[in-house]
Amino acid sequence: MSTETKEKLRYERPMIRKMNAGLMNKFGTRTEYQPTSHIDTVPVKRIIEQYGSPCFVISERTIRKTYQSALRAFKTRYPKVQFAWSYKTNYLDAVCKVFHQEGAWAEVVSGFEYEKAIRNGVPGNKILFNGPDKSIAELKQAIENESTIHIDHFDELYDLIEIVETSKKKAKVAIRVNMDVGVYPMWDRFGFNYESYQAWNAITKIMNCEKMDLVGLHCHIGTFMLTAGAYGIAASKLCDLAVNIKAKWNKTIQYLDLGGGFASTNTLRGSYLPGNDISPSFDDYAEIITSTILNYGFKQEDLPLLMLETGRALIDDAGYLVGSVLANKRLSDGRRATIMDFGVNILFTAFWYEHKISPAQEFTHHSEDMVVFGPLCMNIDKVRESVNLPLLNRGDQVVVHKVGAYNMTQWMQFIAMRPNVVMIDMKGEVHLIRKNETIDTLTDLESIPEHLKTFKF
Amino acid sequence: MKILTNIAVSESGYLFNPTNGDSFSSNLVATDIITLMKQNKTSDEIKKALHAKYDVEKSTIERDYDEFIQELGDNYLLSTDGK
Repeated sequence: MSTETKEKLRYERPMIRKMNAGLMNKFGTRTEYQPTSHIDTVPVKRIIEQYGSPCFVISERTIRKTYQSALRAFKTRYPKVQFAWSYKTNYLDAVCKVFHQEGAWAEVVSGFEYEKAIRNGVPGNKILFNGPDKSIAELKQAIENESTIHIDHFDELYDLIEIVETSKKKAKVAIRVNMDVGVYPMWDRFGFNYESYQAWNAITKIMNCEKMDLVGLHCHIGTFMLTAGAYGIAASKLCDLAVNIKAKWNKTIQYLDLGGGFASTNTLRGSYLPGNDISPSFDDYAEIITSTILNYGFKQEDLPLLMLETGRALIDDAGYLVGSVLANKRLSDGRRATIMDFGVNILFTAFWYEHKISPAQEFTHHSEDMVVFGPLCMNIDKVRESVNLPLLNRGDQVVVHKVGAYNMTQWMQFIAMRPNVVMIDMKGEVHLIRKNETIDTLTDLESIPEHLKTFKF
Repeated sequence: MKILTNIAVSESGYLFNPTNGDSFSSNLVATDIITLMKQNKTSDEIKKALHAKYDVEKSTIERDYDEFIQELGDNYLLSTDGK
């Protein structure tokens, strides 16, 4: 071998792989990886140079594209459709505002999220207030702002009946209905049950209260629903309630809210096939939901608005996590382990998904099976149990795909601080939308009792 | 540590062990190391040659080399005559 090469070659750690004769892999021999050197035309290297590693990256272009594609799937099939952005999925203000600019209302599940929506400039009557935890003060505020309160349980209903007695305004309400849609496990902890007439009971109480206006019926049948058909059953049961309300009280229900739960194209842990192949598309969900409602027999003027609160499927694809390799090691059983500078503390969804990880630079065709660990000094910090990736060197950069949902709300300040979040706008400009935390972020909230302020060794 | 003398290695990185019929694919750096080992170069000479050819820190070569030798041993590609 020559040692006189003027320009040195890119190094890759030495690797041999035993060749085994056996059955062909029906999915092909090549793994899914391709280098992802750019996100929306911005070099990953530049993002890391400017904003550090790890760093979350949100693509505004992908958010808008995904939203428009979801809206198109429903609007081409049904005349009245409204999306409400699920704040809990990602409530970074910049993200929420992209959805609001696109026309989405706000769907919130706590007083904190409600306040965030108000601060973001969402009019009160465009906020759907969900969730089991609403204080008396929050309920009063929602009534005052003419937000729709999605009642979760009888205690909340009784609270509302009491509040409206002294309130000048009527409370705009909907009830959350849980039901058997043929999917196990059945989600029955939220709302009122359909099959046991609990929901009908709640509706009767609301209809008998003059100062409450029942405007909608809501359900949220599950999360990451891989069976679009379940939404057909849910829509049919909500339609049944709406038709019966019309028959008994001559009251037209303004909207049916099918909640969220649409699957993204991420691959669930343990799934035999990749998410891209098995997750229903927006068209699949739209077809079953809209055809059920349209065929139910509503008069044209009574056709309810179709409300949707899908979060995950709208934002997952738009989020990336860029990071770097901290170290390589070999485990006692011979497996390769790669330690990244991001772990389950900021990539919470690693508990659920087999996230796609791509190198951010060119590689040879050689690859290796490896475990991908995070940087935490905790055994649970495993990003991928087994993944085939190119031979990553220390300092190499990687991109984790489809991390837009839940990570930037469920992330933990645990052992390390939460990193910067940037958004790439439609013109390819990069904006810092959430600054990384520092030690002061934490210690500013702490206080030390006088007698603990000093110590000697 | 010496590599088995009868190991065949091609320029493209294909390795064949005629003793047991095992075959391996290897990447460029691994092929270089095996080729140099077959030329009876010492470990220091091999590391020096790699450093001259590739854009890499000496410490990285040091660590990767030791690990790679271990891997060759795990695959019965090293001589066990004690040398």
